[in-house]
Amino acid sequence: MIRIGSMAALEDIRKQLLQEQQTKQQENQVVVKVALATCGIASGARDILQFFSAELEKRNIEAAVLQTGCMGYCYAEPTVEVCRRGQEPVIFGYVDEKRADDIIENYIKKGVMVDGLIPKNFSTACHCEHEPQAVPEKSKQIRIALRNCGVIDPASIEDYILHDGYHALADVLNRMTPEEAIEEVIASGLKGRGGGGFLTGQKWKLTRQSQSAQKYVVCNADEGDPGAFMDRSILEGDPHSVIEAMAICAYCIGAGQGLVYIRAEYPLAIDRLLHAIGQAREAGLLGSHILGTDFHFDISLRYGAGAFVCGEETALIHSMEGHRGEPTVKPPFPSEAGYLGKPTNVNNVETFACIPLIFRLGAAWFNTIGTANSKGTKVFALAGKINKVGLVEVPMGTTLRDVIFDIGGGIQHDKQFKAVQTGGPSGGCLTAKHLDTPIDYENLTKAGSMMGSGGMIVMDEDDCMVSVAKYYLDFTVEESCGKCSPCRIGNKRLHEILEKITRGEGSMDDLNKLRNLAHVVKETSLCGLGQSSPNPVLSTMENFWEEYLEHVSDKKCRAGVCKAMMKYFILEEHCVGCMACARNCPVNAISGEKKMPHTIDQSICIKCGVCFEKCKFNAIEIR
Amino acid sequence: MSRTENLVSELVEKHGRSRNSLMPILQGIVQEERFLSEEAMIEIARELNLSTADVFGTASFYTFLDTVPRGKNIIRVCKTISCHMKGKDEVIEALEALLKIKVGETTHDRNFTLLTANCLGWCHKGPVMLINDEVYPELTPHKACEILEAYMKAQ
Repeated sequence: MIRIGSMAALEDIRKQLLQEQQTKQQENQVVVKVALATCGIASGARDILQFFSAELEKRNIEAAVLQTGCMGYCYAEPTVEVCRRGQEPVIFGYVDEKRADDIIENYIKKGVMVDGLIPKNFSTACHCEHEPQAVPEKSKQIRIALRNCGVIDPASIEDYILHDGYHALADVLNRMTPEEAIEEVIASGLKGRGGGGFLTGQKWKLTRQSQSAQKYVVCNADEGDPGAFMDRSILEGDPHSVIEAMAICAYCIGAGQGLVYIRAEYPLAIDRLLHAIGQAREAGLLGSHILGTDFHFDISLRYGAGAFVCGEETALIHSMEGHRGEPTVKPPFPSEAGYLGKPTNVNNVETFACIPLIFRLGAAWFNTIGTANSKGTKVFALAGKINKVGLVEVPMGTTLRDVIFDIGGGIQHDKQFKAVQTGGPSGGCLTAKHLDTPIDYENLTKAGSMMGSGGMIVMDEDDCMVSVAKYYLDFTVEESCGKCSPCRIGNKRLHEILEKITRGEGSMDDLNKLRNLAHVVKETSLCGLGQSSPNPVLSTMENFWEEYLEHVSDKKCRAGVCKAMMKYFILEEHCVGCMACARNCPVNAISGEKKMPHTIDQSICIKCGVCFEKCKFNAIEIR
Repeated sequence: MSRTENLVSELVEKHGRSRNSLMPILQGIVQEERFLSEEAMIEIARELNLSTADVFGTASFYTFLDTVPRGKNIIRVCKTISCHMKGKDEVIEALEALLKIKVGETTHDRNFTLLTANCLGWCHKGPVMLINDEVYPELTPHKACEILEAYMKAQ
């Protein structure tokens, strides 16, 4: 990439790239894009990419085989987009070599549709003349933050520029004062997508107002909420959009140095981001005199080391400074005194990814999407017992029903929907009665949960809500930094009470203690982690009180998850006396004559479940 | 100078002596030596003019900065809720049986350490494990053992 010295040069390069692309499109019979995010790679997408390049060449088909980021159809990896000349692109899922062969022979060569087609279920907001802003009526998804994921080659800055990349930065640098740009972000109504939900523009304004020669822009890529993986996908699929947004932010607040704090668990995202930073430097989009102006800015990376609490901004800053990642009381806010004591603006990956488009299409446009107080779209990561796991991006105000049943394809194996946990360990669960609630910051908080970073874990009738609460606490107990005692000791005690209940030893008194202590921890903890960690307990108690009661009074777990409360019985009418259970029982708790019904001695049984697995006649029952 | 001392001075040379270079230095050591030995921490403290307790205190805060010796390959099985719902317990049991160690232990030949980790960001593809830097999603006990056997053969 040559150095881009001005806004006009950027526009020239884009036009030139566009022309090259059009020539290529005319030369090539077909363009094949393979989704090469980590999930695709783990499902064998690299082999598929190689298969396509090799086979298309072998079969004399003029084609371009490209890599791209996550298309969001994680349930159907590897996914491949095929675009025949002059036709709309189509996406195929579950592509193995056999299907790839089928695609080449039938779809590419003859135009005959083959199995595995995934109907496109989203529209993409963009600002490119060659890809008009078509919004399919039926689509409930609009992609803003994910607009380039699965579209561009994440390793190519040319591809990003071709898709309107760095034009927002050029616009801002050339046409706006920092104050005007900040006003634009405030007017858009964009709120922090990492969980806090603070107005992004306001945060920028506060940092701008702090007087200091040195300021910092920090991108929080320490995504650690169980159930959330959108930041990884954005960094893997569209790293340049984050770089561009950080540069815009730096210009607005008056910073010269940017830092990305990224978790070490995301090796591919780190690689792609480093590669993108290198490209941006080479093109003069990072460094000194960016686009021929007096604006200087550069970005470096800091790596997390496996501590969830570092997602909290003060803890994150301490970790970057080389200290234990413990949070401190705010104020002072990072906008006054952050990294190395200097004013620092911390935003999450998804928040940054929205910024370029806000400047290209305008705050007024962004403002039309969403609800009265929550603007724009939100990316949700669907996981758990849902058919179509993956990433979706919907306008704020979409209902849970639309997300889970329409886009997500409903519950696996036609089971009954029970609850969905939003906001990870800091959020709460929502039940069938919340299905028609429009999702936005206010409504989720009102329903006892929170937006969080956008993880959604769907649970069905086979999940025990007491155990779910216990598992979330298990997480918080381990991730609590230990600085303040309500969080360090309180969560531990909460966890112990839940352990006791799931062991079948709980009492009514324990339920009262659980609720009281949960409130104490919530009200007295130092940072967001402790203040929200009892939420899963409180919201499951609120919504599934009868399950708690059953656990303590009837010693029963209706989902059959709490092993200690289960008992194994042999159904006489089904038992043929094959002795398979008796032979395999590790504690010799099963007795009976050959060809006669057997019995289980409950006083010896350790509930290991081996008899249940070994019985071929469905004669073992769990009650 | 010992190997560790050499490594520390190399890293200090690269990252500088200020407090905010402590993390990259610690991470650099872990990358090379798989864990932070007492020797390494004392050396870092001397180079950065910090107390050894401070260095140890910082290192012990982070899960990925091990202060006990680890095997050549580190297996981290995600134990968070969505992986739990999809059967991570069975995967761990199978790995324990194959390696003949419990979670938190290292094999006698020092080739493998089995650990659990909190959310690895693979909730849609659980259960998942990380062997060193490589991700293995959608595990079954059988699949996990096959993957590991391939590593064992490569040793």
